[in-house]
Amino acid sequence: MNARKWDKVATTILYLISIFIIFVLAFLLLYILVSGLPNVSWHFITGRSSSFQAGGGIGIQLFNSIYLLVLAMLISVPLSVGAGIYLSEYAPKNWLTNLVRNAIEILSSLPSVVVGLFGFLVFSINMKFGFSILSGALALTVFNLPLLTRKVEDSLQSIHYTQREAGYALGLSRWETVIHVVVPAALPGIITGMILGMGRIFGEAAALIYTAGQSSPPLDFSNWNPLYIASPLNPLRSAETLAVHIWKINSEGIIPDATKVSAASSAILVLFVLLLNFAARYVGNRLYGRLTGVKERK
Amino acid sequence: MQEYDKSERYLKDLDDGKREIALSTDDLHVSYGTHEAIHGVSLAFERFKITALIGASGSGKSTYLRSLNRMNDNIAGTKVTGKIMYRGLDINGNNIDVYEMRKHIGMVFQQPNPFAKSIYENITFALKRHGEKRKDVLDETVERTLKQAGLWKQVKDDLHQSALALSGGQQQRLCIARAIAMKPDILLLDEPASVLDPVSTATVEDTLMELKKDYTIVIVTHNMQQAGRISDYTAFFHLGDALEYDETRKIFTRPKIKATEDYVSGHFG
Repeated sequence: MNARKWDKVATTILYLISIFIIFVLAFLLLYILVSGLPNVSWHFITGRSSSFQAGGGIGIQLFNSIYLLVLAMLISVPLSVGAGIYLSEYAPKNWLTNLVRNAIEILSSLPSVVVGLFGFLVFSINMKFGFSILSGALALTVFNLPLLTRKVEDSLQSIHYTQREAGYALGLSRWETVIHVVVPAALPGIITGMILGMGRIFGEAAALIYTAGQSSPPLDFSNWNPLYIASPLNPLRSAETLAVHIWKINSEGIIPDATKVSAASSAILVLFVLLLNFAARYVGNRLYGRLTGVKERK
Repeated sequence: MQEYDKSERYLKDLDDGKREIALSTDDLHVSYGTHEAIHGVSLAFERFKITALIGASGSGKSTYLRSLNRMNDNIAGTKVTGKIMYRGLDINGNNIDVYEMRKHIGMVFQQPNPFAKSIYENITFALKRHGEKRKDVLDETVERTLKQAGLWKQVKDDLHQSALALSGGQQQRLCIARAIAMKPDILLLDEPASVLDPVSTATVEDTLMELKKDYTIVIVTHNMQQAGRISDYTAFFHLGDALEYDETRKIFTRPKIKATEDYVSGHFG
């Protein structure tokens, strides 16, 4: 056989492998959506879940998921951006920073259930936050921080060093160059990484079972003062998220329509994550267009 | 490569009181880690003239140029010793505000490196950081520098478009405009035309000839014709030493050193 034929054979095999992967993904996605979406209604999305009877909703769980997501991002975004900037732009090459990089590498591959148990020990027990949104948000931060830091560092590193030299040659300090030249150029990549990270923690269950808890107290949606005990925003209350809800009704649910609720919840979860992924691409592209000067900010 | 006797040198001393010297180095050594790349170079650059630094790859001409505004400071393990005199001040000293100094000694690089911002922002951004907020001054600077760089006619209607959409030659001229927007005394250029096509190269060369009226220019180039066309003085670098420094005319017609003669006649490099 000659080189041309080998090339054709190899290309065909690679195509088949790709088609297989796409098929598996499409099948999973369609299966979840087809079995779940018929059970989704406005009442289901906004209603309260029930413990024994059929017809419960996921309103509280959805709210909890979003609230936890926001809190976790509020904590992890500044930390990861700071750490990423330090590692990419300032860290000298020595054993200490190598150790930090290795630690981040290992942390990012930590199983989420380990993160959950760690969060349970440290945040819930030792720091006495109990089963709470705060414990959950902190556990999610531990879970998410290594990946976000890596993403920020990678995005900054992808900016060519000649961009930095351009800044220095104009008499700008390293800090000014980093903040006004390198970070804006890397922002699309950073934002994309953040949104993908959001998708990841939105679907996270294992890290939350022992930290944010598996149930929510009765909530008073007329009082939004975070210090009020029954307020939805109270960070010290326990909170069952959508992903935990799915896990729970499948493992110990006694409602008669458990299968339906689980399928519908999964569909909502997948849709939300899909939405975040598309948003990541869209925002990334838009930002790139903007920051590369298509329109001047007055 | 043929071995040359490096003790054989001819370095014209321009600092003889007859002309104004913009910048000079005295016994400048540059080393990366344990490797010494520049072995003590002393040259003086006359004001409002173009000086070309020529030499084969690895001769140290770019390293030398980058030391002049201390761009090598940012490369870990680099050590620069010796004096760099600018306005009676040794700018290689520890007490020098490097950022302030670089406003006086600007640089254009081999690869065009416009910021991922608009054309207007590319030129005004550093000025704004240095405190210039008046819009009329900024507008005037953009127009003046783009005219000086020979780019104004092509981009005057697209000032708020991305600089990345420009062609390579246009980007390099934008980088020159950006550098002179700081109103530097001295402009260092590190092979600014090496990645450009002949037409863009010619435009950049015209730009430099034009800029000579207001700026002292030191340019590293691989292109001997270019050095011959635009420079007043030429320094020939070989393996980390400046072996010959003279008026360009003399370097190219009657070089005094064998290595220079072989290099300019194309025997190596």
